[in-house]
Order: sequence, then structure tokens, then C-alpha cells
Amino acid sequence: MFGKLTLHDIPFDQPIIMGTCLVLIIAIAGIVAYLTVARKWAWLWKEWLTTVDHKRVGIMYCLLAAVMLLRGFSDAIMMRSQLALASHDHPGFLPPEHYDQVFSAHGTIMIFFMAMPFVVGLMNFVVPLQIGARDVAFPVMNAVSFWLTAAGALLINLSLGIGEFARTGWLAYPPLSELAYSPGVGVDYYLWALQISGVGTLLSGINLVTTILKKRAPGMRMMTMPVFTWTALASNILIIASFPVLTATLGMLILDRYLGGHFFTNDGGGNPMMFINLIWTWGHPEVYILVLPPFGVFSEVMATFSGKPLFGYRSMVVATMVITLMAFTTWVHHFFTMGSGADVNAFFGITTMLIAIPTGVKVFNWLFTMYGGRLVYSSPVLWTIGFMVTFTIGGMTGVLMAVPPVDFALHNSLFLIAHFHNVVIGAVVFGCFAGFTYWFPKAFGFSLDERLGKSAFWCWFAGFYLAFMPLYALGLMGMTRRLNHYDNPAWTPYLLVAWSGAMLILVGIILQIAQLIISIRTRSRRRVKADPWNGRTLEWAISSPPPVYNFATLPMVDRIDPYWSAKVNGTPLMSYASEEIELPKNSSLGFLMAFFAVLGGFGMIWHAWWAAVVSLIAITALMARESWDEDDSYTVSPEPARSTR
Amino acid sequence: MLKNFQYDPKAVSRGMSALRRLKKWGPLALLPVLAGCSEGILAAHGPVAAEERQLLFEALACMLLVVVPVILLTLTLAWWFRASNRSATYRPTWSYSGRIEFIIWIIPLLVVLFLAGLSWSGSHELDPYKAIQSNKKPLAVEVVSMDWKWLFIYPEQGIATVNELVIPTGRPVNFKLTSATVMNSFFIPGLAGQIYTMAGMQTRLSVEADDAGAYRGMSAQFSGDGFSDMRFNAIAMNDGQFDAWVEHVRSNAIGSLNNDVFDLLARTHNVQSKVYYSQVEGNVFEHALSMHRAHPAGSAMPGMAMSNLREKVGP
Repeated sequence: MFGKLTLHDIPFDQPIIMGTCLVLIIAIAGIVAYLTVARKWAWLWKEWLTTVDHKRVGIMYCLLAAVMLLRGFSDAIMMRSQLALASHDHPGFLPPEHYDQVFSAHGTIMIFFMAMPFVVGLMNFVVPLQIGARDVAFPVMNAVSFWLTAAGALLINLSLGIGEFARTGWLAYPPLSELAYSPGVGVDYYLWALQISGVGTLLSGINLVTTILKKRAPGMRMMTMPVFTWTALASNILIIASFPVLTATLGMLILDRYLGGHFFTNDGGGNPMMFINLIWTWGHPEVYILVLPPFGVFSEVMATFSGKPLFGYRSMVVATMVITLMAFTTWVHHFFTMGSGADVNAFFGITTMLIAIPTGVKVFNWLFTMYGGRLVYSSPVLWTIGFMVTFTIGGMTGVLMAVPPVDFALHNSLFLIAHFHNVVIGAVVFGCFAGFTYWFPKAFGFSLDERLGKSAFWCWFAGFYLAFMPLYALGLMGMTRRLNHYDNPAWTPYLLVAWSGAMLILVGIILQIAQLIISIRTRSRRRVKADPWNGRTLEWAISSPPPVYNFATLPMVDRIDPYWSAKVNGTPLMSYASEEIELPKNSSLGFLMAFFAVLGGFGMIWHAWWAAVVSLIAITALMARESWDEDDSYTVSPEPARSTR
Repeated sequence: MLKNFQYDPKAVSRGMSALRRLKKWGPLALLPVLAGCSEGILAAHGPVAAEERQLLFEALACMLLVVVPVILLTLTLAWWFRASNRSATYRPTWSYSGRIEFIIWIIPLLVVLFLAGLSWSGSHELDPYKAIQSNKKPLAVEVVSMDWKWLFIYPEQGIATVNELVIPTGRPVNFKLTSATVMNSFFIPGLAGQIYTMAGMQTRLSVEADDAGAYRGMSAQFSGDGFSDMRFNAIAMNDGQFDAWVEHVRSNAIGSLNNDVFDLLARTHNVQSKVYYSQVEGNVFEHALSMHRAHPAGSAMPGMAMSNLREKVGP
């Protein structure tokens, strides 16, 4: 019935895990009890679980990201605490078999289930509003994308209490991740969670590219699209081009592990280095999938709060698209130390540096956007300036490691760890928070508490430097990554400082939670109108929160920043009079597919084959039912369009 | 682990004087935290590590030329153009300047051109496969990574050790490396950058130690539960001491190394302290390579890793 799963697979002897599971079970029970007592189940099902509204799907993506941030951050605290304690080869409190799971889970969760959902969530919410569309191109598929991502996140978190997670690092390099060296279910949890959520991400990419290409408001040409939409287009093109590579690569590892294949094994003609090439063929574009939309956020924030258009729009677009193309030309820099030879290494070192050109142009464009502006220091602006300073440093250390012989000395060291956290926290996370604070009033119709928001920024900012600057130093001192304990007492002071930095970030996160709670509780006096920031793009022309159909009448666009022009020139923005609007009906497809995806994935992980077969049949049947369902839309008559100013 | 061996105080003082020289470097002044750093990649004790460090500083200096002004400009512009500063000119429609656009494309381009040149020449000069110029004959050492220990074979001396690497100073050492298990990375930060060890494939690394001393060696690539203890001492000593050490190994050995002993060692997944073998019977390194080689030597299969191909067809 349960395949390999027995009671022995529950880690009852691990107090940390059992404690966490207990807290989680109590929290879930509390939520279930609240929903039952408050009779909210029907509301939850109708308004959220089956919604196909891109705004709500986007919000659910961001909520998932926030929850996963807490999980991934708990892992980070555990790692920093372990290393602060494990000097002089002291074992610390996490034995290797547990610690290895913690750092693998940290990386996997932070990239796939925190950063990705946050970025995809922002794009989902904002893009249709910015281009004057009523929804994405395929609303039901959009919900399916979200729910598959959530299914992957659930699977990975199930591994906490049932069995184990991978002990291989976040990219599960073979041969370590092959059956011969990792016989447990940890790698299988990793593989199925990523395969399921990867399908969701690919569908989301197809959806958003189609939306941007086909659903723009009348008159909006490509070169009048807002910059965030441009970066979203670039990011989703990269998703479509690279995620199939990830799926195929992990698919081959699955064949190795389940059917005795030899794609990446040490023996039988396998070649583990092929996996490493392939995974980075996806992995490097992934970096730009994550970072380009935040670049778009910073562009919007800088222009809005400087009260002037983005400097060098054309340059910005060109730079974005050049980065998109070049993202596929640099993957070898992740393994210069494979012994590929000087020509190959130098080639990929140089292609890597070339990406610094368009990226540098972007930084200068943001700089000159401030020039001649009237910069309002709201919290989105703080995140943006924090980003510009931090990202410049991270970019610099990245270029250093692009010089192959320098990389020989710095690869796999804590210098590398400091570098990619410098760019991922400095650009992706700061960008997501900038976007979150910028568009929150649009999404919910009330503003966030600015004082707490700014305090949170300063904790994150200072905490980041405290946590990661010592890691640069440690890397130069020869400390490598993924160590569980160490015998060099000279490293300990730096690790203690890094620990205190993580604690400061924790304070920042607590302040963000407080900000959210306090803002929600006092929302009745924080109501905002359509345009709280004096915005420039179309999303600020409609009410906050926007009606389900977004635009009662579609806007007519003939320039960049159309809403700003409409405000300045007093010209009307909307094209034609009200009409009947056709909207998609709610659909339970996404939620039910995710349910069976979790069941099927769990079955595959534990070799309970019946569950996988049942799930496959159920998912096929659900998709067929949806395909033949012709009663999938309804019409509404919008309220008479209000003045747009 | 290092406590088994006495540090050479001279080497330390040479390291410190190297550091003092480094302090002249402007870039380092920005990183005062590193002042206490007496080992690692900044305390180079051989020509390879020293050149890699030099390259790092050149690239860093070049980047700082742009990065420092950009950060200062960011903070200055953000401060001057704050909304409350009424003496700043507000240009609500200014969004294009051909001259500025030209400059902001050309600055990163020039920096990257310079760094690309540095990268190209550096990659070729510091190719780990390239022999180090010397009038002394290089010492050959064969390295096999195992779960979770390092085997060092000295084919010329006919000895082998586990977790202790001793090399003579002032003489190039040519490592040939492979893995009997998952991928690892052979790394002695004080002497040279790292290189992967991969099962069934051979990589190479040229190293030379200028200064006598004990350096930390490790696997830099995560390889499983015992990874954190996968360290070794890399000890550099003069020729006479090296010869004495070879004798010391012979007389303190637990036996000789042959394919069977190797297989047992590779199968035993453990962390262990140093072991000596007085004799090496047959070509154990070739045995280690062939253990995981699916195809007969010479038949390159399509899609094989570049490292492997190069090893077979290269000069």
C-alpha cells in the first residue's frame, strides 16, 4: 500500500525535526479550525482556491513565496548557527547527514519555491495591468501553473517529516545523486518536486509570453511597453527556452535512478559531467529569469519616485534583450575547474564578462533616472538604492570570478557563496520587496506601514552586509562551502559575525511580518485611491484593488508612460465606451491537478506505484473534462467608467 | 590535523612580508578585515598561487575604478535630487542624452575589453595542465580521491600515502588526478587553484611550492557525509628533507599498495588519518582510472566531457 514507506522513515529520534513538525501540525490545525469556526471554507474555495483571476493567482504566488522564505530562512539560521558552533572540529548540533539536507533544502527552496514564485507572482499580477489587458492569455492554465508550483513546494516540505531530503546540494550533481551513492528517497523528493513545479513554471512562461505578445491594449507597440513588461517578456522567453532542459536533465537522472539507466553514472558508459553541463545550460539562464523582472521593478520604482521618465528606455530594452540572448552563452563558468583547457575557459570567461556590459548600462540608466528628478524616499526607493549599491559590489565579485585562473582559487569557496547571495539577495530579493511594497496598495487598496517597512529595509540591508562580507574574507582565507565543521579557529570570529548578520535579517523579517499585520489591522484608515504614488503606467489608472475585469474600457495607448501623459495633458486614456465583458469562470482544475500531482509524486518517491498510476489517469481525465467544458465563461457589465484622472 | 606538523616560522614570516607588500595595494586597503589572514589564497607560497592572486588584484583594481565611482555617484545623486532639495533642478521630461548613452555603453565595454585580455592571457599562462618552467625535473604525483580521503602515489619513489602529501620546495610537481568515487576537487589554497577529480577521467595540475611549510589541503567539492573531514596536510620541504621523508614512509609503512589493497581502501567509506605504503605494485593509478572507465582507452564516445577528450587526444 505505502511502497517503501514504513514508520521507521519518520525521524522520531530527531528532536529538531519532530519539534518543527509539531509546530507545523499545530499551525495547520489552527488554520483549519479557524476556517471551520468562521465558516470560511466556501469562501476560500470560491474566492481563492478555484480562482483564475491573474491578480489573485499572483497574490497566491507571492504568499507561497513568503511562506517558503520563512522555511528557507530557518535553514539558513541553522547553517549559520552550526558553523558558529563547530569550531575546532566540534560536532555542533547538526550531524552531517542532517546538515547536508539542510543546505540542500535551503538552496532548492530559496531558488525554486521562494525566488521563482515571488518573481512569477509579481509578473502575474502586474503584467496584464501594465499592458491594459483583462487577464492573461490562458487564465485556467495560469491557475494550473500556480497549483503545480505549490504541489512541488508541498512535496519538498513533506520530506521534512516523512523520510529525508536530498543530501547532495541544490543541484544534485551526479554521481553523488545516483542510486549508488544516494540510495535514500531524498533525491527522489528533490526530483519529483522540481519536475512537478517545473511544468508549472513552463506553462506560466508560455502564458505570459503569449499575454505580452497578443493581449496588449490598442495602440501599445512593443517599444511603448513599460520596462517591467519588457523584463517579464525576457524572463519568460528564457523560461520557455531553458526549463525544458531542466526537465529533460532531471528526467534522465530519474531514468538512471528508477530504471537502471546510465546517463550520468560512474559506470556503464555514463558521464556525470554531461549532467553538469546540461543543468547549467538551464541554471545560468535561470539566474536571469530571476533577476530581469526585479530589474524591471527597479526601473518602474526609479521613474515613478523621481517623477520623470526612465532614462534611456531604448538602451534599457536593448540591454535586457542582449542579456536574454547572452544568458545561454556562459554556462561553463560554473565549472572552469573541470579541466576544459585554456581556450574553452577563456572563451566562457569572456562571454561572462560581456554580460557585464548591458548590466552596467542598466545601472547607469537608473543613475541618470535620478538625475534631474525629485526623489521621494518611500520604502520601494530604499530597496532600490540598497540594490544599486549592493548589486554593484556583487557584480564586481562576479566579474572577478569570471577570470578563470581567479576562479580556480575562489570556486567552491565561501567567496562564491558571498557572491551569489550578494546578487540574489541584493537584486532578486530586494527587487521582490521593492515590487511588493510598490504594488501592494494597488493589490489590496490600502497602504503598508512605511515606518516598519523602512526599519525592515535597514535591518535587511545591514544584516546582509554583516552576514556576507565575512564570507568573502573567509573564502579568501581558504574556507570552502558546505563544511559541517572545521579545524581552523581563525575562521570562527568571521562566522560569528556572519551569524549575527543572519540574526539582524531575522529582525528585518519579523518587522515585515509586523508591518503586514499592523497594516491589515489598520486598513480602514489606510485606504488609497487609484494612484497613491503618482504613477506613470496603466495599472495606476484603475481603482485599487482593481475590479475583476481590470479595465472597464480598454485604454488607448500611443506612447511610453501613457497614464502620466494623460494626467499631465488632461487627455482621455480610455478608448471606447463600456461593453459587456466576457470573463473566465472559476475552475477547480488547478487545485485538483495539484492534489493528484502530490499523490502521484509521493507514490513515485516511495515506490507506491498504484498512486502514480491513479494520479496519471485522474490528471488526464481532469484535463479532458476541462477541454470539453464549453460553459467556461460569463459576462459582466462594468460600472460606468469613472474619470481616469 | 595540522597540529601534527610544526609550522616553519620562516615561512610564516615570509608570508607576513608578502602581506606587507600587499598592503601597498590600494584595493586591499578597502578590505581591512583581511589583515589577519595568514593563510588562504592571499598568502601565496608558490608561483601559481602568487600569479592567481596577482590576477585577482589586477581585475579587482580595474573593477574598483568603475565600481567606487558608481556607488559614490548613486549616493550623491540620490541625496542631491531628494524631493525636499529645492535647489536641485527638476527636469520632469529629461530622459535621453545621446552623449551620456554613448559614454555609459563605452565605459563597461572598455573595462570588459581590458579584463577579457587579462582573462585570455591568464587562462593560457595559468592553465593547470601547463608545465611550470624550471631547471629541475618535475616530481610526478598521482592523486586519487576516495570516500573520504586522499591517496597519493609517488611512482618514481615507489611509495604511496593516504592524507599526507609531501613535496620538495622549488621543484615543480605534476599531479595526475582521478576519483575512485564521486567528484571531488583537489585544492591547496596556499599553493594553487583547484581542479576536479572525476571517476574514469584524468585531470592534471602543476604546482610548485616556494616556501617550506604545512599547507591545508582539502576537497572543495561536496562529496557526501564525510566531506568536511576530507582534508590532508600538504607539506613542502627541501630536497634533503624530502628524501629523508621518503625513507621515513618506507620504514613506517603498513605494507605495500596493490590493486587489491586499493580496492579495499576505495570500498571503505570512512574518514581516516594518514597511512604509508612502502611499495606500489603495478600501475595502481591506471587501475583506479579503469575502474570506472566504461570504454577501452582511446575510443572517445560522443558527448564525453571535454576534460576527458582532451586527455586522450591532447599533446
